[in-house]
Amino acid sequence: MKSWLTTTDHKRIGLLYFFTAFAFFLIGGIEALVIRAQLAQPNGHLVTAETYNQLFTMHGTTMVFLALMPLSASFFNYIVPLQIGARDVAFPRLNAFSYWVFLLGGLFLNASWLVGPLFHAGTLNVAPDGGWFGYANLTERQFSPGPNIDFWLLGLQILGISSLAAGFNFIVTILNLRAPGMRMMRVPAFTWMTLVTQFLVITAFPVITVGLAFLMFDRFFGTHFYVHEAGATPILWQHLFWLFGHPEVYILILPAMGIVSDVLPTFARKPLFGYTVVVYSGVLIGFMGWGVWSHHMFSVGLGPIADSVFSATTMLIAVPTGVKIFNWIATLWGGDIRGTTALHFAVGFIAMFIIGGLSGVTHASPPADLQQTDTYYVVAHIHYVLFGGTIMGLFAGIYYWWPKMTGRLLSETLGKWHFWLQFIGMNLAFFPMHFIGLLGMPRRVYTYPPELGVADLNLVSTVGAFLIALSILVFLVNLLRTRTHGQRAGNDPWGGATLEWSIASPPPVYNFSVIPTVANRLPRWKTEHHEPMRDPPTTPPAPIHVPGGSWWPMLAALGLPILALAPLTHTLWLAFVGAAVLLAGIYLWAFEPFEA
Amino acid sequence: MVTSLGLDSRKMAFWAFIGSECLLFTSLISTYLVYKGRSVVGPYPHEILNIPFTSVSTFDLLMSSLMMVLALAAVQRGDMRWGKIWLFSTALLGLVFLGGQVIEFTEFVHKGLTLQTNLFGCTFFVLTGTHGAHVSVGVLWLLTLWVRALQGKLTQANAMTVEITGLYWHFVDVVWIVIFTVVYLIQ
Amino acid sequence: MNEHSHPTAGVYLRVAAVLVILTVLEVGVFYVPAFRPVLVPVLLVLSAAKFTLVVMFYMHLKADSPVFTFLFGAPLLLAAVVMVALLFLLLGALTLRGAAGAG
Repeated sequence: MKSWLTTTDHKRIGLLYFFTAFAFFLIGGIEALVIRAQLAQPNGHLVTAETYNQLFTMHGTTMVFLALMPLSASFFNYIVPLQIGARDVAFPRLNAFSYWVFLLGGLFLNASWLVGPLFHAGTLNVAPDGGWFGYANLTERQFSPGPNIDFWLLGLQILGISSLAAGFNFIVTILNLRAPGMRMMRVPAFTWMTLVTQFLVITAFPVITVGLAFLMFDRFFGTHFYVHEAGATPILWQHLFWLFGHPEVYILILPAMGIVSDVLPTFARKPLFGYTVVVYSGVLIGFMGWGVWSHHMFSVGLGPIADSVFSATTMLIAVPTGVKIFNWIATLWGGDIRGTTALHFAVGFIAMFIIGGLSGVTHASPPADLQQTDTYYVVAHIHYVLFGGTIMGLFAGIYYWWPKMTGRLLSETLGKWHFWLQFIGMNLAFFPMHFIGLLGMPRRVYTYPPELGVADLNLVSTVGAFLIALSILVFLVNLLRTRTHGQRAGNDPWGGATLEWSIASPPPVYNFSVIPTVANRLPRWKTEHHEPMRDPPTTPPAPIHVPGGSWWPMLAALGLPILALAPLTHTLWLAFVGAAVLLAGIYLWAFEPFEA
Repeated sequence: MVTSLGLDSRKMAFWAFIGSECLLFTSLISTYLVYKGRSVVGPYPHEILNIPFTSVSTFDLLMSSLMMVLALAAVQRGDMRWGKIWLFSTALLGLVFLGGQVIEFTEFVHKGLTLQTNLFGCTFFVLTGTHGAHVSVGVLWLLTLWVRALQGKLTQANAMTVEITGLYWHFVDVVWIVIFTVVYLIQ
Repeated sequence: MNEHSHPTAGVYLRVAAVLVILTVLEVGVFYVPAFRPVLVPVLLVLSAAKFTLVVMFYMHLKADSPVFTFLFGAPLLLAAVVMVALLFLLLGALTLRGAAGAG
């Protein structure tokens, strides 16, 4: 137990991320189910409007920051060092720190559901309720007097630190810790997409840090960063948020794209078609992702020039994305296809992401978007790309890499049931939303009148949501069964091309008994140009130093929520305690003898 | 440790961190610029900013960068005696800068400019306050190194640590160069 | 880990001297009324020069690996573009009549 608390091993940290993130995914899912239950009929009264606002805010915030990002992070952690032939990440203790900060930030945010009474309110009363994008000036103290928004902004600041630390860690890991011979253009597509994602993280998160800091100052110290009467503008918040928010959605999708780029070749027994182009497209998407943010603001009145510019850049970014899609299809074309569950999810990703991408392209036109924005049409779009895209991609990764991480295969039968239930469920849940939105139902309303004529479609959507829940249940059963009944995986159950399949499942603590020298992009395959590599020996020729654990990352991490509690509870001395804990953790960490 | 680019991982991580901080300070500076001239009530910049005083602060910080780089040079050649002197001097000049900020902020408050007064107040204090917080962290960092050197635990072998400290310190100086120009000189 | 040769103290002192001169020039331009029309571009150029000197010489970027230049330069460029974009987007909207009409 202690070893899990002090671990600095990227594999253990990856597993910690996975299970923690999945738990938050379930919480976010339950929030969605309550939303859908409320909306199953017109004038529903399952929950009040105030509770509903908390539900959709927490659903969005939880899914984006506590589920999707950390689930991707679990693969960054577990798989990237293996794919590049490294023994661990560049900064193992910083890695542990990122995890603990994530866990504590997630707990901080979700504590809001329970601690209402401590703030002289009921339970289920003080959770964040301003939407996951927290628009000013609704979020100002004047219009949101309770602690709800404080939980939100403080929780996000904590989580931001986790992501930033991991960003620096993985950039250095991927650039500097590759095995001999592993040039950048020999690195697996998943690791490449991870690299691009981390650059987006370290550039985008500082912007929202500043935006949130301004909000914090407005709410706690009486400043006027977003107050119109003082000469400021709430639009500044929107710019700062979406300058972060748009790169954020690429942060959410690129890792899944990377997973799919690794999964498809394995189950088509064919190299990724146009690897170079796929990599460059990923890099291009990263850069261009910075040029489109105001397409989230087409209804704000930016003016025709701004609208046109952002419309053009948004349409342009569909190009590299489309390029990837064609390359994935070409990978499958003429391949020797094995219809594993992982492949089902990867193909499902492509299909669902195309649909989500198409609705996205319709958003790129400002006049069209004026009809779509703030309606369920957008909810359809985001769920096709984030659920049909990211979640499906992540499940592809789960079925693909679970055997490597645990040594046991997930059941293919249960996996197919999971896939089909989820696939049907998600389309039932989200496809009708295109129509519901265009028929006039706005987002973020806790109920709708029967005259709107969307009752039947809403009911279908709700059924779909519960079908998704059933599919997740099937997955959980699969997870639990595999611990005892799962077929043993061996090093390479799939015939993979990349380095992670050259070692045991799960890998030994030191990963590679001998660091391999890499001569090509598909080291474990025989191709017309080369023979497959020889896998590293099962026992190392000489003892390998493996760093021990450390308590200090966790101690330092603890300082952050304590710091956050100070403004939340208007208690100054807590800030000093939090700072002291943080500083103590950092100093002890800095002076601890530790060799990576 | 042999690395794929042959570069020190800590130094690489730190340059990435500095890149990230560019976005942080740009967001703060952009907000200052966007809100410039939008304050509904005074005091206004031209009434309150003290160029001569701030020029001395700027000079102080520039000299501290010189001391920092001399500290690094000393540690790199194994001269810990001068290493300690220059490290301490850098920290000292940093403290002088912070002292200047405290004096300036107090002056401003006396003249009626607080965080809450107007847009100039909130954007100015949050921007320069964030910079000042960075300087404070730097001073703490430098003094820590100085104490370690006094204890004989910082030696030529730790030159990379001092180099990275220098990167942080120079970056903080460079941000001030921008702030001095954009906030004080371009009014 | 330092494959490059370290600059001498002389180089550092000369850079310091230039930095001081540039600062004096900046303050001078601020106070001399004749320079008012060109104040902004001149100050931007002078401060950019100081910025560059500190980064290239004190932070040693000039002699170091281009990887470091990329890790710093790319976000810096991005930041500059974002700042210019924000100025265009928000200054227009704030100086003209309310939200619409930034055109």
